[in-house]
Amino acid sequence: MKKVLCFTLALVMALCCLTACGGTGTPAPSDGSAASPAEGGSESAAPEEVSGDVVKIGVFEPASGDNGAGGKQEILGMQYANAVQPTVEIGGKTYQVELVYADNQSSNDKAPSAAQTLISSGVSVVLGSYGSGVSIAASDIFGDAGVPAIGVTCTNPQVTAGNSHYFRICFLDPFQGTVLANFAKENFSATKAYCLAKLGDDYSVGLCNYFMEAFGKENCVYETFPEGTSDYSAYVTNAKNSGCNVFFAPVSTEAAALIIDQAAAQDLGMPMLAGDTWDSNVITAAAQGKSNVELYVTTFYQEGGNEAFDSGIKEFINSDPTHLANNGGNDMIAAVSAMGYDAYFVALEALKAAGSTAPADVMAALPSVQYEGVSGAIAFDDVNGDAIRDAAYVKKCNTESGAWDFVAVQGIK
Amino acid sequence: MDFVHANLPYLLSGISVGGQYALIAIGYTMVYGILRLINFAHGDVFMVAGLIMVYLSASLPIYIAIPLVIVLTVALGFVIEKVAYQPLRSAPRMSVMISAIGVSYLLQNLALYITGGLNQNYPAIPWISDSVDVFGATTKRVTLITPVLTIVLVLVLVQLINHTKIGMAMRAVSKDFETSRLMGIRINSVISTTFIIGSFLAAVGSLLYFSNYPGVTPTAGAMPGLKAFVAAVFGGIGSIPGAVIGAFLIGICENIIKGLGLTTFSDAFTFVLLIVILVAKPTGLFGEKATDKV
Repeated sequence: MKKVLCFTLALVMALCCLTACGGTGTPAPSDGSAASPAEGGSESAAPEEVSGDVVKIGVFEPASGDNGAGGKQEILGMQYANAVQPTVEIGGKTYQVELVYADNQSSNDKAPSAAQTLISSGVSVVLGSYGSGVSIAASDIFGDAGVPAIGVTCTNPQVTAGNSHYFRICFLDPFQGTVLANFAKENFSATKAYCLAKLGDDYSVGLCNYFMEAFGKENCVYETFPEGTSDYSAYVTNAKNSGCNVFFAPVSTEAAALIIDQAAAQDLGMPMLAGDTWDSNVITAAAQGKSNVELYVTTFYQEGGNEAFDSGIKEFINSDPTHLANNGGNDMIAAVSAMGYDAYFVALEALKAAGSTAPADVMAALPSVQYEGVSGAIAFDDVNGDAIRDAAYVKKCNTESGAWDFVAVQGIK
Repeated sequence: MDFVHANLPYLLSGISVGGQYALIAIGYTMVYGILRLINFAHGDVFMVAGLIMVYLSASLPIYIAIPLVIVLTVALGFVIEKVAYQPLRSAPRMSVMISAIGVSYLLQNLALYITGGLNQNYPAIPWISDSVDVFGATTKRVTLITPVLTIVLVLVLVQLINHTKIGMAMRAVSKDFETSRLMGIRINSVISTTFIIGSFLAAVGSLLYFSNYPGVTPTAGAMPGLKAFVAAVFGGIGSIPGAVIGAFLIGICENIIKGLGLTTFSDAFTFVLLIVILVAKPTGLFGEKATDKV
């Protein structure tokens, strides 16, 4: 009797697994409504015939984990762009654009499988990711499948270095690090800097290194914290004790919120600087009401840069409670949303230029794509496929109103 | 004086985080003492207590939210035991352990689903979240409250175990499960009480911990839980004073290591400490001496 029960249970479990697989498998082909003929080949490398008048753009972003908040804001920009421009004309034919999402969970070891799901669903081009580490980790998957990827806000040079399939529309860390170091020297006459990075995180470790190179390594105190840290009190004390005049911590927003809180509790007494990740309403929410913290970030876009975009995306965010929640509960525009918006249009330009939805054609067309986006003109250099950018916006957090105040446009001379 | 001024913050945060680990560690050690079960879900109960506070405080005033958080966390601990552990009472110990791991992941994933994986800002509790000056070092008031509150709670707990009927029953069960059952002790109610006490302390610990480090994520319970577990093993699992002393030692050492500039190794240190202690003294600091394994 017991054996029969066990056997039945095992059978039920196996069946559940099978149906689950079937469930995720069916929507992919059925989306290509008119294109029933070649359904069987949905997983082969011929999306052109399979998807009919639908072109798929992969969204490779974190929706959970350390960078979940930022990833969701970047996705919002793409969703808004998709709502504004849901179709694209490729080779004289109008295609519906479908965004295919894969959550890389902000984790380097989960990124490759997320990338693989995008490839399997037959995307023509991939956008993302927020966070350089996951982009580097998944780069080979895209490369092997011959699918081009457009980095939206991943600023680490290694993302595009030495490959021909990864492009990027934002500035790079060597540039950003130098901008920040110059800013610290010019505005605060800083002589000694405290740098904090997360252990094993390509973005923060990389950016800290470039900052230190520009600032002078001998004048920097560099420390790292391991994954899962929530007690930052000792780091703040270290910064105070080491006699630094500026605190540089380009870490994820999740850690940043805790660091800001701790800095306020211990009365850090020096300006805090960070890169593009901190340009988020998670940070302003954490800093609001803490009048003893001073926060500066470099970023891609300043709210007010493009009126039409600003009002449009605000309306889009407010129109749906889910969007509002994904944007952190208010309609402040994150720079990454603007970048996500631009990335989507760059992808459309590439598809138009390619004249086909085959990933190989899109890849060939990408290097010559030029686009005037809300965050500035976008064109790729011919070395690594990086965007040619020479200016970053510097913003300061207004701890009273909980908004960003524009400070300067900073370049490197 | 300069030396004190510069280094006091490390000690303060070490003692405070140690107190918070201690409150979690007691939950591990009591359950182990009675059931011989390592309750892997305990760290996640701690995290859920934090999340409950985040959501409750959004709609309720703090003075109602805090007792409600404690009540709900206790209820959660109670239900977990009834649903996931009690039916497995006669099963091999390994099955209960697997069940505990299952509950742990269930809670984490539920939290992931509810929060959408985003960091939730913990509400600032008036008075205890305020900044205070201690000999020139600025810190939150909760840092000072934690060790005091921890010690008071532990003293109360020790009184409860040594001088009440239920305490006597707990001691009996931890000595010999089967015999105490034969003697007419209602095993299930004793075990439930243990889980209730453990969850209560975890809820208090979460209030203190998240007031100090105000961010709750689905995995926020994993690291403190692991460290508290290390503290419990370090002090000799099954012994309450051992768990408390172990937790304070780990909290303080961790912060001193960070203060020495070895920030990268602060977690590695915790686990090396565990290995060294277990090699030198397999039962932990107080593992053998302590006869009351509750």
